[in-house]
Amino acid sequence: MEKVKVEGLNAYFSNIHALKGINISIKEKKVTAIIGPSGCGKSTFIRCINRLHEVVPHAKVSGRILFDGKDIYSSAIDPIEIRRRIGMVFQRPNPFPVLSIYDNVAAGLKLNGMKRKDDLDEIVEKTLKMAALWDEVKNKLNASGVSLSGGQQQRLCIARTLAVKPEVILFDEPCSALDPISTAKIEELIFQLKENYTIIIVTHNMQQAARVSDYTSFFLLGELVEFGKTQDIFTAPKDKRTEAYITGRFG
Amino acid sequence: MRKFKEFIVEKLILICGLFCILVVVLIFIFLLKEGLTLFKTVPLSHFLFGKNWYPISEPAQFGILPLILGSLLVTVGAAIISIPIGVGCAIYIAEVAPLKTKEILKAGIELLAAIPSVVLGFIGMITLVPWIKTIFKLPTGLTALSGSIMLAFMAMPTIVSIAEDALYSVPKSYKEGALALGATRWQTIWRVELSAASSGILAAVMLGIGRVIGETMAVMMITGNSAVIPTSILEPVRTLTATIAAEMGEAVVGSEHYFALFAIGIVLFLISFAINVTADMFLHKK
Ligand SMILES: Nc1ncnc2c1ncn2[C@@H]1O[C@H](COP(=O)(O)OP(=O)(O)OP(=O)(O)O)[C@@H](O)[C@H]1O
Ligand SMILES: [Mg+2]
Repeated sequence: MEKVKVEGLNAYFSNIHALKGINISIKEKKVTAIIGPSGCGKSTFIRCINRLHEVVPHAKVSGRILFDGKDIYSSAIDPIEIRRRIGMVFQRPNPFPVLSIYDNVAAGLKLNGMKRKDDLDEIVEKTLKMAALWDEVKNKLNASGVSLSGGQQQRLCIARTLAVKPEVILFDEPCSALDPISTAKIEELIFQLKENYTIIIVTHNMQQAARVSDYTSFFLLGELVEFGKTQDIFTAPKDKRTEAYITGRFG
Repeated sequence: MRKFKEFIVEKLILICGLFCILVVVLIFIFLLKEGLTLFKTVPLSHFLFGKNWYPISEPAQFGILPLILGSLLVTVGAAIISIPIGVGCAIYIAEVAPLKTKEILKAGIELLAAIPSVVLGFIGMITLVPWIKTIFKLPTGLTALSGSIMLAFMAMPTIVSIAEDALYSVPKSYKEGALALGATRWQTIWRVELSAASSGILAAVMLGIGRVIGETMAVMMITGNSAVIPTSILEPVRTLTATIAAEMGEAVVGSEHYFALFAIGIVLFLISFAINVTADMFLHKK
C-alpha cells in the first residue's frame, strides 16, 4: 500500500530550483530513509510533504503529492488538516519555550480543542512513555520544556508530534544533535512506531539509514538519483553516484 | 609616535565620557537641591496629596494631586489607545504584511516618530479639538481625551518598532513547530510568538508610555491646562510637565513657587526612571 505518492514535484526558493521533478512512492507503515549530501534538498522535500515549504517567503511548489490518493496541493485541501495528519520532528529540538513539559506535549491536542484534563493526562503520559522520556520527566512535568537536555528536548518534540496521532511522521535528522545513547533510544522508538505509522527520515548517518529503514532514497543536487529497498541500495546500488556516496567517496 | 597618538585618543574619549557623566550628575544635584528646598516650608504630604495648586495666591498652595491625576489620566488614556493599535500594527508588520507593505509601513512609522511634538500639538489643536467639542457637545474640546489621542500618536512609533523587533527575533523554529502541529496562523501568532516575545513587547509598551509621560508641548496645547482634579476624560486637565513649562517663566527665582516647580521635576524624574528601569528589566530578561 502506498501512503504518499509524489509526482513531478518541483520546489523553489524565489529563484533557486531546490527540487527537480521528484517521483517517489512511500509505502504505508514502512520507514523510508532520505540520504544525500548537505544542500541536496532533503529538508525541502519533506517540508513539501506537510506543506511547510510554502510558509517560507517566496517559496513555491509545483507537481502533485497524493496522500491516500488525494492531492494535498489541490485547492480544496486545507494545509492545517494536512499538517495534523502528517507530523514532523525537526533537526534541532524546538520545544515551545514558555510552555511546561506537560503543556508542550498537550499543545497540539489543545489546538484541536481537547480540554478534558483526564484525557490530556492520559495522552501526555502515554506519548511520553512512547518517546522513552516518561521516567526522566514524570516528577517534573511542570518544569519548562527548555530546561531539558538536547536529547530529552528532542524526545519531547517527538512526544508532542505523537500526541496528535498523525498518520505519517517526518523526521528531519532527528539525531544529529544527540549523543549515541539518545540516538539509540530514538532509533528503537522509530522501529516501534512503524507498526502504526508511516515514517520518512532524513539522515546523514549511513548506518542509521541501514539500521532503521525499509526503503532508501538518494538525493543529489535536487534530484532523486535512486530509490529502492534499503538492502538493495546498500548492497547493490544501480547508480555510480549512489555507490560513491554510500561508500563515503564523496559528499 | 603611534603609541602617543593612541594615548591621546584614548584619553580624549575618556574625558568625553566623564564629561557626560559629570553633566548628568550636576543636573541631578541641581534638581535635588532646588526641589528639596520646597520641603523646608511645605510638608511633603501637602505637596503630594494637596488638592489645590494655587501657586500665586495668598497664601499659596502647592498641592500637585490634580497635576498627578491629570498626567495619569492623559497617560492611561494614551496607553489604552496606543497599546492595542501599536501591538496590532507590530504583529501585522512582523507576521502578516507582504514585503512591500511592510517596508512602506515601517517608513511611515519612522516618519510619524519624526514629527516634532509641537507640530502634532498644533495639528491636534486645529483638527482634533473642534471634533471632540462637536462630537461630545462640550463647552471646549481642550480635554484630557484630546491629549490622550495626540499622545497615543507619539507613543505608537516606539511601541510598534520595539514590539516588531521583539516579534521578529522569535526564532523561526518555534513558529514552524507550531505550524507543523496543525496550528493556524493566528494560533501560532497568539500562543507561540506573542508569548515568546512577551518581555520585549512589555518593554515596548513601557518605553512608549515613558515617552508620553515626559511629553510637554502637545499636552500643553490641547489639554486645556486647568489644574483641578478631573472627574472625567472629557474635562480639561493639566499635567506635571505642562505646569513646569507654563509657569517656569513667571516664577520668581528663589521663591516657593520656583522650588515647587523643581519638586515637580523630581517627581517626573522618579516616574520616568521607574518606567525605564522596568522596561530595561523586561528587555534584558532572557
Ligand atoms: N530558506 C531558504 N531560502 C533560500 N534557499 C534555501 C532556503 N532553505 C534552503 N535553501 C536552498 O535549497 C537547497 C536545498 O536545501 P535543503 O535545506 O533542503 O538541503 P538539505 O538536503 O536538507 O541539507 P542539509 O543536509 O544540510 O540539511 C539548498 O541549495 C539551499 O541553499
Ligand atoms: Mg536539512
